[in-house]
Parts: sequence; structure tokens; C-alpha cells
Amino acid sequence: MQTTADTILPLRLNDVSYQVGRMRLIKDMNLTLEAGPRTAIVGPNGAGKSLLLRLCHGLLKPTAGTISWQVADSRDAGSAQAMVFQRPVMLRRSVAANVDYALKLRGMGRDERHERIDEMLGRAGLRRLAGQPARVLSFGEQQRLALARAWALRPQVLFMDEATASLDPAATHSVEEMIHAIHAEGTRIVLTTHDLGQARRLSDEVIFMHRGRMLEYAPTEKFFEAPENDLAQAFVKGELLWWKRRELDTEPRHQPRYRR
Amino acid sequence: MDITGRGTDLHDFASAFAAAADLITNLDSQLVEIVALSLRVSLSAVFAAAVIGLPLGAAVALFKFPGRTAVVVALNALMGLPPVVVGLIVYLMLSRAGPLGTLGLLFSPTAMVAAQVILVTPIVAALARQVIEDLWAEYEEQMRSLGAGPAQALPALLWDGRFSLVTAILAGFGRASAEVGAVMIVGGNIDHVTRVMTTAIALEVSKGDLALALGLGIILLTLSAAVNGAAFLLKETAQRRNA
Repeated sequence: MQTTADTILPLRLNDVSYQVGRMRLIKDMNLTLEAGPRTAIVGPNGAGKSLLLRLCHGLLKPTAGTISWQVADSRDAGSAQAMVFQRPVMLRRSVAANVDYALKLRGMGRDERHERIDEMLGRAGLRRLAGQPARVLSFGEQQRLALARAWALRPQVLFMDEATASLDPAATHSVEEMIHAIHAEGTRIVLTTHDLGQARRLSDEVIFMHRGRMLEYAPTEKFFEAPENDLAQAFVKGELLWWKRRELDTEPRHQPRYRR
Repeated sequence: MDITGRGTDLHDFASAFAAAADLITNLDSQLVEIVALSLRVSLSAVFAAAVIGLPLGAAVALFKFPGRTAVVVALNALMGLPPVVVGLIVYLMLSRAGPLGTLGLLFSPTAMVAAQVILVTPIVAALARQVIEDLWAEYEEQMRSLGAGPAQALPALLWDGRFSLVTAILAGFGRASAEVGAVMIVGGNIDHVTRVMTTAIALEVSKGDLALALGLGIILLTLSAAVNGAAFLLKETAQRRNA
């Protein structure tokens, strides 16, 4: 378990932009993620949720601005994070070997790996499938395995990109149970979701994004009861946001502050 | 119209099968020797080409470096290397006056293996590059997230691409076992030393013993089909187990 001394949080985003060609996909993000709460990033398609997650995780480099963790060495920061993707990427080998590969990359010894794999597969309810090829598992089982693989690394921060987007309610439920357990053990959760019910169930705070900007950052309860931003209000009510585009683009730029 | 010619052809086919059956049933010692050498040369060449070509192809797929596109195009173009040209180049290298002449390898099975390695490596590498590149597209984010860059991911990708890479190796084997130009030039088709199936066939044709040549051809085809069939079955069963 990590001690507070070597924590990589908070994560600071300073005027972060991400641009592909002439398209600015993330615009002037300023954000600090402290240790502790679970964060849900919500917003319509193309809002930049997944991009934001990838920027935070270091899979993409910002084209402007800085992203920094508490630790100076980016490698230390990298090995204290994990990410689960919308489509589980399973190596073409057994369930146990999938977890084993991730642990081996972290330089863990054989005996310790063996123990950790058994523990994690048990917690994911996949122990009886340990010897099965990972790719014959159902989608829900694969996603649980992806979570178990990430969890096995004992990350301080776990990013999840629409981890339950293609799962049925039963599979979603068991993935959410795992997320609860992972958080209960002290891992910082940052997830994106389309499912507002899930954002309510799984988060303590919400970041609302629209067209590459963060328009609202608030505690979950507050966000759902009384969102300040008019687009966030419409989004929470389940309205479609596409017709608001022009208004937003002419709106003066503003950075919401986190309000308790 | 050359009716007699056609008649001869038909006759040749019939006697070819008879010759082939005869050679096989009697387990002709010379035939066994030729077949054994053919397999030894081609399998050694394919093995060496796989050892070089698979990591090479994977590296080209995974690493970004200046001139990468040129390397990819070159690899693809080299898949079509004419065997006689390769044979000639290896011949010049290994001939007494050549830079490697002191090794005394010309007209030896080793020289034939060397020539076939040059022929087969680009095929294995080019096909492996495509396989690994596709796999990397699927794996990249997850691998990077786990802390594996291209260099660390390379062995895992070769392993995960194993079923598709078998096909790349089979393509290489097909090339090696079928070519005649390179082994003819650097091996010299010396009886009991460097005579393989393809050069033996070429010799029998030039001698006019079409039946024996065809008989050998039938055996070569059968062998090639057997190797491919075995590899295919192996791949299919393993793939079914691993989905």
C-alpha cells in the first residue's frame, strides 16, 4: 500500500489544450484533482472526455499547457496509474497470463505475481476461468478482467473510459461493484460515462464538458440538483445539446471553479 | 496441330505417375537423399529467415525512424527478388575471387541455405511487419498504459501474433522449396552433394527424362502440401484453443 509520502496526487492541469490539425479539441483546461474523491467526467459525444482522460494518463501530450503530478519523475507517476478502456484489450493468452503480463512489466517476482493473480481473479470472480484464453470470455468478463489487471497494479489513480458502455445491466453492476471495492482500498477513481445514473452512483464530483471545455465542476449531488451552467442544466434534464453550439461559441470564455 | 505431341504429353503424365509411384514404393535411395537435402536446406533457410525476419519486421512495424517508409517499401519489393539474381550475387560473394571466397563455401549446402535465407527473409519480414502493425494498432494504448513502449511490447506482440505469423513463415517455406535458380547457381546441382528436388527436376527435363522429372515434381508438390497442411492443422487447433 502506498503511504501518503509518495503519493502522486494532486494532478494539475495548467492551461491545457489539445489540437489536431486546426481543430482544438481540448481548450484551456485548468483543473486540479486532489486525492480522495471519485470523479465522473460527463458530457455529450465529442466533448473531449476521453481525450481529457488520455491526456491525464499520459497517453497523449498536450499541444499547449502543462500536466503535472506531485512527483518529479514522470516514470514514477506512470507506474502509479492504470487505465481501463471502453473496449477491453485482451492479450491472446490465458486469463491469468493477462494479469501476469502486466505484473511482469512492473518487475514483480514470480511468487508474488502468482499470489497477486490468484487474489485478483478471486476478487473479480474469474478464478475458475484462470486457465481459459482471455478472448473466449464474455464482454462483461473481459471488462472485469481488464479491471482486475489494472487493480493488480495497485494504482493510486485509476482512469476508466466508458468502462461499462457496452455492457448489460448485470455486467455493469458487477463492474461497478469492483470499482467501489477499488476505491474503498484507496485508489483515486476518474471515469468518463454517458450514463448519468452511473455518474450519480459512482462519483463524488462531476466534471461537465462540452466541446472541449470544462463548463462545470461540482460535487455530484449539487451538479444533479442545481447545475449552474445552462448547458449542464439541459444535459442533466436529458435534452439534446447540439442546437446550443452557436450560443456557446459566442459565449465569453470562462473557467468554472470547483464549488463545495 | 501437333496431335502426336499431345499424345506424348498424356503418355508422359501416365508414366510420370508410374515413375513417382515406383520411386516412392522402392524408396529409391537417391530419391531419399535428394528429398532429405531439399528439406534440410529449405527448412534451415526458413528457420534462419524467421529468426531474422520476425523481429526485423516487428521492429519496422513498431519503431518510428527516418526512412521508415523507404524500408517498408524496400521490404515489400524484396519479396519479389528473382532467385537467379540472388544466386548470382551469392555466387559472386562466395567465388574464389569474391570477398567471402576464402570460406570455400561455394557449391555446398551451406551456400544454398545462405542464398535461400536472402530470398526468404524479406518475405517473412514484410508479412510480419503487417501482422505486428495491425496488432499494435489494437494494443498500443493498453500497452503504453501498462508501461510498455514498443521495445518492451515487441516480444509480446510476436507471441500474440503467432497464428498469423505461421502463415508468413509458410509463405517463406513455399518460396524456399519451390525456387530453383538460386540453389542451381550456388549449389551447382552436384550429385550426392548439392542436388535437391528442383535442380534434379531441371536436370531430368534437360536430359529429356520427362517422366522422372514429373515424378519428382509430384513428390515435391506432395511434400509441400504435407508441410503446409501440417502447419495449418497445428495453427487451427492452437487457434481454436486460444480463440
